[in-house]
Amino acid sequence: MSVGVVVFPGSNCDRDVRWALEGCLGLSTRFLWHEDSDLKGVDAVVIPGGFSYGDYLRCGAIARFSPVLQAVKDFADHGGPVLGICNGFQVLTEMELLPGALTRNARLHFICEPTPLEVQPGQCRWLQTYTAGESIVLPIAHGEGRFQCDSSQLEELEGNGQVVLRYAANPNGSVGDVAGLTNAAGNVLGLMPHPERACDPATGGIDGRRLMASLLG
Amino acid sequence: MLDPAGEATRAAAARLGVDGIQKLRIGKAIELELVAPDRATAQAQLERLSDRLLANPVIENWTLELAEATGGSAA
Repeated sequence: MSVGVVVFPGSNCDRDVRWALEGCLGLSTRFLWHEDSDLKGVDAVVIPGGFSYGDYLRCGAIARFSPVLQAVKDFADHGGPVLGICNGFQVLTEMELLPGALTRNARLHFICEPTPLEVQPGQCRWLQTYTAGESIVLPIAHGEGRFQCDSSQLEELEGNGQVVLRYAANPNGSVGDVAGLTNAAGNVLGLMPHPERACDPATGGIDGRRLMASLLG
Repeated sequence: MLDPAGEATRAAAARLGVDGIQKLRIGKAIELELVAPDRATAQAQLERLSDRLLANPVIENWTLELAEATGGSAA
C-alpha cells in the first residue's frame, strides 16, 4: 500500500506531505511527476500545496490539463481516494472534482497562521476518526483561499453534508466559512488548511495526524 | 462577487483625488493569434478556449472579440 504525491513544477509541499506520511506515520509514498499518466499502482493520491505551474492564469488552471491529473480524475471517478491540500484544493475545483472556486483573500493579504476549525465528518472517508463538531487547529498559508460559489450551490453542499471543515473565525471571506469540502461520494477531499504541517509535535500541534493516517483506510 | 483588488484600487483613486468612482473591477485581457480555416471555426475554437481554460465561469465573466488579420487568417 502506498500514497502517491503529485509533483508539479512549483509544488512546494510535496516533501512536507512525504515527511508527514513516511516520517511521522510510517506510510509508504511515491512521487507522481506531472508528465506521467501512470499512477504506479498507488492506493491514494495527494495533490499538495504550492504554486503549480507558477499559478499562471489562475491557481490550478494549467495543472488541470496535466497528464497526471487526467489519470487522477479517472482514479477519483472510480472511487479512488484523492486529497487536495491548499493549491491541491484549488486544482480539484478547476478539475471540477469539487464545485466552486478559490479566489483572492478578502483583505488581499497572504495569511500564514494556525487556524481553529470545526469538523463535520459526514461521508468523508478521511475524517471518520474525528467527531461531529470537533474543534481542531491546523495552519493555513494562502493568498487565494476565499471559497466562492452561488447561494443555491452552497445550500446544496450544506444539505448534503459536504462542508466538512469550517473556519471558526473566518480569515479570508469564504462563503459559508468553508475551509474544506468533500464530494458527494466522500472519496475526494479538498481543504485550504495544511494537515501535513500538523503531524509532528515538534512543529506545534498534531491535529492533522488522524486525517493523514486515514489515507490508506 | 467581491473584487478586493478592485476595491483597494478604488480607495487609492480617492486618495489620488479622483472622486466619484462608483465601481471599479479588475480583470484581465488576453490577446492571441489563431490560424483557422474560416471565421466560424475560429469563433468556435475561441469560445471553447475561453470557457474551458482562459476563464473560470464559476467566478469570471468573459467576452470575446474576433478580428481578421491580413493573409486571411483570423486573429
